Formats: sequence, C-alpha cells, structure tokens
Amino acid sequence: MSVRTGPLQADAGPAVRPAPAPPRRRRVDWSAWRAFALLTAPLLVGLLLFKYVAMGWGLLLSFSNARGTIALGDWAGLENYRTLFGDPRFRTSLSMIVVFTLVIVPLTFAIALGLAVLVNRLRRGRALFRTTFFLPAAVSYVVASLIWKMSLFSGVPSSAANSLAALFGQEPTAWIATVDPPLYWIVLITVRLWLQIGLYMILFLAGMQEIPGELYEAARVDGAAGEWRLFRHITFPLLRNTSVAVTLLLVIAAFQAFDEFYNLLSTGLAGAPGPDGRPPLVYLYDVSLVQQDYGLGSAGAFVVTLLIVLVTLVQGRLVGFGRGDGE
Amino acid sequence: MNDDRLPRRRAGRIGRARIGSYLAAVVFAVPFLLPFYLLLRNSLMTQTELGALEWRWWPERIDLTGFTDAFANSSAPLGRALLNSALVAIVSAPVSTLLASMAGYAVARIRVAAARPVFLLVVATMMVPGAATFVPTFVVVGSLGGVNTLWGLIVPGLFNALAVLLFRGFYLRFPQEIEDAGRIDGLGHLGVYLRLALPNSAGLLAALGVLSFIEHWNSFLWPLVIGQDPALWTVQVAMSTNLTAQAINLPALFASAVVSVLPLALVFLVAQRWIVRGIMATGIKG
Repeated sequence: MSVRTGPLQADAGPAVRPAPAPPRRRRVDWSAWRAFALLTAPLLVGLLLFKYVAMGWGLLLSFSNARGTIALGDWAGLENYRTLFGDPRFRTSLSMIVVFTLVIVPLTFAIALGLAVLVNRLRRGRALFRTTFFLPAAVSYVVASLIWKMSLFSGVPSSAANSLAALFGQEPTAWIATVDPPLYWIVLITVRLWLQIGLYMILFLAGMQEIPGELYEAARVDGAAGEWRLFRHITFPLLRNTSVAVTLLLVIAAFQAFDEFYNLLSTGLAGAPGPDGRPPLVYLYDVSLVQQDYGLGSAGAFVVTLLIVLVTLVQGRLVGFGRGDGE
Repeated sequence: MNDDRLPRRRAGRIGRARIGSYLAAVVFAVPFLLPFYLLLRNSLMTQTELGALEWRWWPERIDLTGFTDAFANSSAPLGRALLNSALVAIVSAPVSTLLASMAGYAVARIRVAAARPVFLLVVATMMVPGAATFVPTFVVVGSLGGVNTLWGLIVPGLFNALAVLLFRGFYLRFPQEIEDAGRIDGLGHLGVYLRLALPNSAGLLAALGVLSFIEHWNSFLWPLVIGQDPALWTVQVAMSTNLTAQAINLPALFASAVVSVLPLALVFLVAQRWIVRGIMATGIKG
C-alpha cells in the first residue's frame, strides 16, 4: 500500500477527532450519502428503467390490446392471459422447459462436479485439462449450434455422429429432424452440456480449493481412505454452498433457453410442424417480434418471469440459500 | 506432496489411481475438443466435401474460399457485423464492470440507511434474469426510440446485478485497516474507493471484465430483437441469419464462425487465469 500511517499524520484530518457524543450520531453524514449516491446512481437508474419500469409497463401492456404497437392500447382485461393459456403452443412450451430443466440440470451438475474432482486430482497438466474443459465457455450458442447442426449431428453420412453410428452398422440418421423417438433431444442436450460444463466445473474447483487438506489427511489417518468415501464424507458435504449456487444458476439458465433452440430447430419457429421443442422464450419471440402482438407477448413474459421467480424462491427455501451468508 | 509420508502400499494404490485419472481426463478431453476441430476443418473444406459420404479427418486440400465468401456476402456483411460486435463488447465490458464495482463498493462499505434497501433492490432484479424480460425491455427501449440504434443495442446490457453481488462480497473482505489508513490521510469515501479499493480489486475487475466481454460478444437474443436493420447486426445475428437461410454456403458459414471465435478464444486463453482467480476471490464458495 502507498498509504502512510503514523503518529505524524494522526492529527491530519477530522477523521481522528474523538468520537462524537452519542446524540450527535443522529446527524446525517452528508459526505457518505453523497458518495453513496454517486456510486450507485448510474446502476440504479439503469435497473429502475430497464427492469422495474420495463416490468411495470409490461404488466400494464399485458392487460391491453396491443397488436402492432408498443403503446398502451385499449384495456383488454384478462383477454391476453386467456389467449395465452388457451394456446397449446404455450402450454407445451412450459412443459417442455420443465422437462428440459429436469434433464439438463442434474446432468450438468454431475459431469461438472465429476470433472472438477478429476482435474483436482491431477498433479501435472492440471491447467491444461482445466483449459480444455473450460474452453467451450468462450464459444457462442450460435457457433455451437452451427457445429452441432451442420457437422456433428448433421444428417449427411459423413457427419461425426453418423460416422460413429456406421461403425456399429447403423444407417445415417437425421438427428434433428427425428421427433419420434425424440433424437433431437440428444442434439439439444449435448450442445448445452458442451457449452456450460466448463464454467460450473471452475466453480466447483474454486469451492474445492477452500477445503483444508488436513481434513483429508486426518481421514486417511483414521483409515477412512478410499477415494469414494473421502468424496462422500468430506468433499461433497463441504461443497454444499457451491452446489446450491450452481444448481440455482443452472435452473435459471435452463429456463432462459433460447439461442440453441432458435438456431437448431428453426423449422419449428413460426408454427410450422417442426419438432415440438419450442421453449417459452422462443414462443415469446415469435408472438412479440414476429406476430407483433405485444400485449400477448407481455402476458407471456410476465408468466415466464413469475415462474422463474417462483422456482428460484422455492428452490432457495428448500436448500436454504443464503443461510450462511453472514449478513 | 504429503504422499511421500504415506505407507508404501497406499502410495502405490494412489499412484495407480492417478494413472486412471489421466486416462479418464484424456478420454473426456476428446468430446470437448472435437467440435473445435470440426469447426476448423469444415472452414477449410469445400461444399461438396462437406456433403460427402465418407468421414474425412482432413480436407483434401486446404480451401480458403469459405473465408473469402464469408467477407464477400452482401446479405449479411461479416466485416460490419464483426465491427458491431467489437463495439458492443469493448464498450459494455469495462462500463458494466465498473458500474457493478461502484455499486458493490457502496453497498458493502458505505454505512448509510439506504445501503440495505438499495442492495435488495439490486439483488431482486437478479431473480428476473435478462432474457426473460426481453419483451418488456424491448417495449421500453422501443418507446424511447432505441430500436435499430447503437444505444438501444448496448445500454440495456450494462446493468449486471450478479456482478454487484460478487463485488460486494469482495469489498466486504477488504481490510478495514486500509480504509482507516486512507481516512487518516484525508481521503473521503470516494477517495478510498478510487485510490484504494478499486486498484485492489484489479484481479476481480479483470475476471469479470473478461467474462462480460465474452458474454456480450456471444449474446444473441437481445441483438436479434433490437437490431432489425442489417447494419446493426452483430456477428452472432449475422451467422444465425445465414444458418437459418434457405441456401446455405456452409464453408463460408464455418469460416465466419472461425473468425468470430478466434479473437475470443485467444482472449480467453490468456485471461482464464484471472477468471479462475477472480472467481475464487469472490468467495462464491458461499
């Protein structure tokens, strides 16, 4: 630090005057307020405008008849909500995203944790493997969708998946176009796994760094060795907070799925009989930006937002998120 | 390091387990690296070769027409799109990170009555993440005249509540003694933040800055929604437009993907140390 402290500076400013008597503490510290306001105002104004005002306006708009306009139109009451829940495309999108979440969250969690344990055990080359598993985090969903759709899982016989299948005597498969059985799910799940495992592996690795090595030593001395037992009794319980954070982030990310669905399953976007795999955000994009029905879109946005908040709160309550958060 | 002190029998078992770990790591590395390889390979192949019947490890001859086609395509101009993406990411990353650091410091260290409510106001928005609110945000930005404008593309993405939370966690751990020393030297709240706290959080700033850069470079939904004019397309939107087009020039599409990934992968390779260290510094362990 370049800060010098010492007796010479002891009387340099008002900061070191004897503490004021208790009643004077009620005087407002204007310099603190000024600094606080200056530091928080830019962010607060942005959040108020683009989150709070936006949500409020969206809520109003969801009760309006707003086709082709973003101005508040005629009052429509619950009409939009009735249309919304009457639309089977919206209802399937909700059940679709729930199933998707139930599959992708545990899968990502398990693989990310497994890889973290694995990488953590490596002595040499740890950085190399960490980088390998983390690198896809730098790739966009659009690029990954391109690789998955047009190369890895494309229908041509020379695609990676079909070449591999050919080794087992399988005919070339149109992976994305096959709805029954839903082979397109393999494409959807693997692309997201590839993109997001790395970041969560890093979070787990960070958590493992905080576990004192003596715990393992003690357990070994006690004869509780065996990698699996060490993991079950030490590593996993002590990663509890990381696990909770990872699960929450994964669920929220799953509910916001858009990019890969839009780019992989574009045939199903505008209501054409493509694979029945439209998540809510793709439905909302279609309703708002393609059909320009902002009233209906706002109603949908409100329902989806409410759903995410609910899931987050329930999950937080279940696992006790923030319990150990000091403040 | 401590393994030396373990009985030999056990050390041997651990040694074998370690070889197993390396084998497993190599096996797992293959599916993580294969897509990168395919991306590169396909950008160097011809359209006919890509539709071939048989798997090829390497293009018959390196063909660069994909790259020239990608830049020559006039319906989704790649050069312009790269420029737009660069602009968005280069502006957004430092600004959003700095805003989060300022607010994070204020709610962590400045004791005013508003600190708690402001913090809650910020954290509450975290439960309603950006993508779910794109319709209302579009409505607000639209009514402010932000559709098809650069500010409409950039400004709504500058306010990151999660980063505020991480910075707050970091600044809560910032030693009180350093702050006191600064106060004795006559620094006010802003002075302590600017001269002491901010420089000390350089690691976290770098980590979140890089993550934010990646996030903004890769972001797709908002640029797709707000930049309907091709002049405002980011590289992600331009690629997506080509991916969902009727007639696809595959080598050109893979080439533009390579061009879009390469700068980011380089930044990432250089900066991932900071990311990892930064994540550890936030005390995300909870």
